[in-house]
Amino acid sequence: MLLYALRRLLYLVPVAFGVSLLVFALVHLAPGDPISAIVPPDAPKEVVDKLKEYYGFDKPLPVQYFRWLAVTLTGDLGTSIGTGRPVAAEVASAFGNTIILAIAATLFAFSLAVFLGTSAAYAKSRIVDRLVTMISLMGVSVPHFWLAIVLVIVFSVEMGVLPPMGLGPENSTGWRLDWPHLKHMILPTIALSVIPLGVVTRTVRSTVKETLSMEFVTALQAKGMRDDQILRHVLKNAAPTCLAVMGLQAGNLIGGSILIETVFAWPGTGFLLNSAIFRRDLPILQGTTLVLAGFFMLLNLTVDVIQTMVDPRIKRG
Amino acid sequence: MAIQSPTVDIAAPLVRPTVASASRGYWPSVGRRLRRDPVTLVCAGVLLLIVLSSIAAPLLGLADPYKTSMIRRLYPLGSPNHLLGTDELGRDMFARLIYGGRLSLFMGVTPVVCALLIGGILGITAGFVGGKINMAIMRVMDVFYAFPSVLLAISLSGALGAGTENTLLSLTLVFIPPICRVSESVTTQVRGFDFVDAARASGASALTIVRVHVLGNVLGPILVYATSLISVAIILAAGLSFLGLGVKPPEPEWGLMLNTLRQAIYVNPVLAALPGVMIFITSICFNLMSDGLRAAMDVKA
Repeated sequence: MLLYALRRLLYLVPVAFGVSLLVFALVHLAPGDPISAIVPPDAPKEVVDKLKEYYGFDKPLPVQYFRWLAVTLTGDLGTSIGTGRPVAAEVASAFGNTIILAIAATLFAFSLAVFLGTSAAYAKSRIVDRLVTMISLMGVSVPHFWLAIVLVIVFSVEMGVLPPMGLGPENSTGWRLDWPHLKHMILPTIALSVIPLGVVTRTVRSTVKETLSMEFVTALQAKGMRDDQILRHVLKNAAPTCLAVMGLQAGNLIGGSILIETVFAWPGTGFLLNSAIFRRDLPILQGTTLVLAGFFMLLNLTVDVIQTMVDPRIKRG
Repeated sequence: MAIQSPTVDIAAPLVRPTVASASRGYWPSVGRRLRRDPVTLVCAGVLLLIVLSSIAAPLLGLADPYKTSMIRRLYPLGSPNHLLGTDELGRDMFARLIYGGRLSLFMGVTPVVCALLIGGILGITAGFVGGKINMAIMRVMDVFYAFPSVLLAISLSGALGAGTENTLLSLTLVFIPPICRVSESVTTQVRGFDFVDAARASGASALTIVRVHVLGNVLGPILVYATSLISVAIILAAGLSFLGLGVKPPEPEWGLMLNTLRQAIYVNPVLAALPGVMIFITSICFNLMSDGLRAAMDVKA
């Protein structure tokens, strides 16, 4: 178990190296010089050269990469061009807000998906099954940023019961666990959870259905086991597949929250990334992408390890 | 909008009808099954309508989708001369929704087609050649897999800057890895079958084996998977335009229209939601069609 986790961690090293290369390349993909984002176009050449030297842009690319990597590994992600504050601090505070929203959305989506998927698989009537299949189809097909706008129109503009944007009431500087803050979370959480809800419902339904048709279920029934006890066995067997999909969805949800955070002006990483793009604040763009990708990798690793814990049949290695 | 994990079992399509009397072959029987599937037919019809109307938009006698009018801003639905009202600059919404299909569909389908070509070739090569080349190609793909797909698309577009070409480029890059993975796993399975060994033993060159024996068995699952990506691509492309990273104004495009109409949600909320309805309908139809295709081609994915 532990050995497997360690081996996976080791395997992550080359991937992480590739990720760092890609993130580094982001800045150099940008049209023109990275420097041109900072200085006005009519700046004298000496100033530009000075700045290039200061940021190390006059060195060859491989040298620049390894210098950047060395600095980044110490936790220093550079300085924001827009605000002048360290990127690490900006990303850290935004990341917290994103995680809060992500946890709420995954909890909501996954619990509802397990319930819906299981009831569809168990359903005797076709109506329930059809209904659940339709819900999951809607979930994977709906443009979630549009759904966010529709939610705002219905609940904020027309009914006026929920706030349309922001982290909390006016002057709120940070998230707290109280009703006004929770009220601000309801709409973004729903909008963010539709995609994972659709995908996971679909997976749970098909996996549970497949498990139900296995022989061991018939054996348990013949043995006279109660239905709710059988359900536990079925869910346990369906868990590994569902967990794998859930892990992927949880990570994608964090990436997908960019659009939702923009609609609701939720001060998370997505909102930060979006405003960085428009201010051409490349260090923030780079830092946010790196942190999110790193988190995604660790999440996938964790899911893999959990999977081997849940399912002793998976012998990795 | 998430790309689902590509696990494909291709054992099914290989089992072709072996009835001696009425052997129809694989593709004709797929077509027959599709013709008997009402849901898929309806979706195909709706999609055909959307595609044809957006292609033929200039011939339909619609209002000029670019003509602004300061007096006629945000007319409600059902106004005379403006069936679906007018947008925040007084442009006819119906015309813009029809014209919008051109860019929205183009930007959803093109990246998947490009990724299908590039990812398919890479995946089939990796799967067929195996060994070190497989390692090299698939490890590079792993790097792209370390990013959530939406994040990768937005970061790339953000760095490259707004514009249609850049959006197409970044979306193509996002879709290459999943298609490559599916192609690789399917090809690896096919490579293990006896008929490939037989072909090799009879002296067929690698290229011939791929062309004659591998492609026919691999193309089905890859195509089915690619069609399921189109709805993701359309939503993602619209999302990028919604963020201001894709199509630039004043071009009509559904995602961009959603963005610019956001200021109107207090004045005319139904109007502001209309472009999203178009995206929703298109994406549902593509998803249902992909499901129908999967059932008809008997691919388990």
